[in-house]
Amino acid sequence: MKGQGILKGLGVTLKHLIETYTEDIKAGKDRYYTEAGVRSRMTTDTKGIFTVNYPEERLPVAENFRYVPFLIYEEEEGENVPRCTACGICSKVCPSQCIWITRAEDPETGKPLKTPAEFAIDIDLCMNCGYCAEYCPFDAIKMDHDYELATYERMDANVHLMDRLLKPVSYYAGIRPVSYAFEQAAKEAEAAAKAERRGGRDRG
Amino acid sequence: MSDVKLNLTSSEGTVLDRYPELVKVDEREGYQGLLVEAGKLLELLKFLRDELGYDHLTSLTGVDYFPEQYMEVVYHLFKSTGGEILEIKVQIPREKPVVPSVYDLYPGANFQEREAWDLLGIRFEGHPDLKRILMWEGFEGHPLQKDWQEVYYGDQVKPYEDRWPEGKPAKIELKNPYKENIRYPDGFNPETWIPEGDELLFTGYSPLVQGEKIETEQLVVNLGPQHPSTHGVFRMVATLEGETVVDLEPVMGYLHRNHEKIGEKNTYAMNMPYTDRLDYFCSMSNNFGYAITVEKLLGEKYQPPERAEYIRVIMAELTRVLNHFMAIGFFLNDLGAYFTPALYTIKERELILDIFEAVAGSRMMCNYFRFGGVVRDLPEGMEEHIRKLVYDRLPRQIDEMDRYLVENEIVVSRSQGVGILTPEQAISLSAVGPVLRASGVPYDIRRADPYSIYDRFDFDVAVRYHGDVYDRFLIRYDEIRQSIRILQQAIDDIPQGEILAGKPAYKFRMPVGEAYGRVEGPKGELGYYVVSDGTDNPFRYHVRAPSFINLTGLRQMSLGEKVADLVAILGSIDIVLGEVDR
Repeated sequence: MKGQGILKGLGVTLKHLIETYTEDIKAGKDRYYTEAGVRSRMTTDTKGIFTVNYPEERLPVAENFRYVPFLIYEEEEGENVPRCTACGICSKVCPSQCIWITRAEDPETGKPLKTPAEFAIDIDLCMNCGYCAEYCPFDAIKMDHDYELATYERMDANVHLMDRLLKPVSYYAGIRPVSYAFEQAAKEAEAAAKAERRGGRDRG
Repeated sequence: MSDVKLNLTSSEGTVLDRYPELVKVDEREGYQGLLVEAGKLLELLKFLRDELGYDHLTSLTGVDYFPEQYMEVVYHLFKSTGGEILEIKVQIPREKPVVPSVYDLYPGANFQEREAWDLLGIRFEGHPDLKRILMWEGFEGHPLQKDWQEVYYGDQVKPYEDRWPEGKPAKIELKNPYKENIRYPDGFNPETWIPEGDELLFTGYSPLVQGEKIETEQLVVNLGPQHPSTHGVFRMVATLEGETVVDLEPVMGYLHRNHEKIGEKNTYAMNMPYTDRLDYFCSMSNNFGYAITVEKLLGEKYQPPERAEYIRVIMAELTRVLNHFMAIGFFLNDLGAYFTPALYTIKERELILDIFEAVAGSRMMCNYFRFGGVVRDLPEGMEEHIRKLVYDRLPRQIDEMDRYLVENEIVVSRSQGVGILTPEQAISLSAVGPVLRASGVPYDIRRADPYSIYDRFDFDVAVRYHGDVYDRFLIRYDEIRQSIRILQQAIDDIPQGEILAGKPAYKFRMPVGEAYGRVEGPKGELGYYVVSDGTDNPFRYHVRAPSFINLTGLRQMSLGEKVADLVAILGSIDIVLGEVDR
């Protein structure tokens, strides 16, 4: 019969329509504007309406999600010490070459210090590839989760300098708990191995 | 000489035995293939095509060996019945780079020869319409020549010196202001320039040929560059006789950024995120192709571990599923179904993108593959999630899409018998991927020349035999089903273990040589041709883009069709402009 294919197809559309309402009734108020509701729409057996009403609702980002980088500082004795040693690896691996680093110098001797005097990332150029975070040997630069970076002006606002880039370790531990725990464990293991080696040498 | 001969493929051996004076083996270290003189090229290719069965010219490109002052044209051929790639090279002097065009033997060389002329300045004698294709008319020079420079540039290669240890941020556009960032040839003024041969492309209406029977005029219609059906900025210049298409020319390059020149400035590792931006729906497959090409150069040490191979296959097949879902949805959009089918398919794609985000960190620009493996392991619970998706949801959803659209009378009458490409035409026009397979040629690199671990999986090569728009639509359903089969096997068999060969590295000791690697991307054969001169940056980096080369067949498909069908035909090829224009 002519038109059977169309009717069959319309049946599918109708099914989608009905599912939307049955799902809404089943889930009640929890389906919208709650995190659990958004998460339920990300599962593999989700049915019904699929869209997320941004900005009232937001998709939870995965831990590995990466957006423009930030620098980590440690709080030591009331002072904020950046982990960065100004080794320059991030600026060398950066595909779009958006990282500028000025290495600090000892004001008296003029010798380079292991800390940055200036650190700038042009987020207009940044392509969020994550290489800087991946290859940093000191875990000093990491990719952020904050993706709402719109500004009215781009020339200065989009060049992130030290004051904007530096964020505490606790922030990092908060957005990437699994990576943070993994790195801490690796560091402790390394420290323990070092102590053991030193102990061995002392005895020898 | 004898030990060199041992490494030859049987075809190369046959050519050498039959015509010892015609070719010689490329004996440069790290190189393979056969060298032929420009004057004997056509004779050799005719022999290869007619007697050895190399009927498909897949890639044609050039290399500017500036230090040695010669240019090289590289041809990659394969048999449509399967087997390895055969590489043919012609060396020509740099000051007079002329080779005979292979257009008559392989019409699929059309766009690629134009591209090589455009970017490298190699002239192809006998090409019917050798003009620029990606750059615009009035552009000065040929940008991929090694001595060509932009108006403003940093250092020759990355990393730039001024970034560390005394880096001061600076906006490039202040150093390189708009309107001064371009150079024109002497005596060229863009304001007063009127295109000559292309005039009719711009005037829109031109009394071309008077009709024979009745007084009639042909009408030239520009579809695009800004048109929702062209999936980006792409233009089709159609010459119409009434409503029938009598000629058609695709015009592209609006999104051109010279990916290859950028690639030659980058280091090898830096190119990986750039490949994401070729076909931006399928960044995982783009990564895959580039990774296996560079791994070929790097050698045995960089063979990925088992688990990494499985992860790669899973990601590549998920990419194929999501790409074909999108292709189906937007094809219906092109047919006028508006957004309902597209949104149903986007829904499935979204679930796959969630996986990519959790695994790679980004939904579309994945940058997930590394030389010798992948960047990180699957997060906890991910295997279970993928298993649920490929065993439960995706098979159900593809069946639903099948019920929804396949028998729909409007879809059928719009697409059946439209835009036909016969198998012979498809092969000679260098079509690849679903376009080739929908024309009845069961060629799939995963079977014909297996890479990675595809030889372990049980799946069928999807093939359809009519070569029309409807078959190109249906074959995407078939391919999704086959991909789901592969995914189910891969997720069942995936072992535990390492995910990267060696330590993570961003610098590699790259041996001198060349490599052509190819994968069966969702849109067809995605090939990379990389030449290394031993430095940190590739000497030549070429992408054989499937969407670009599939467009060669667009004219053939459109001739004799109605103008309204052009949109359907273009939609059935499934192009992405990021890859077409590069």
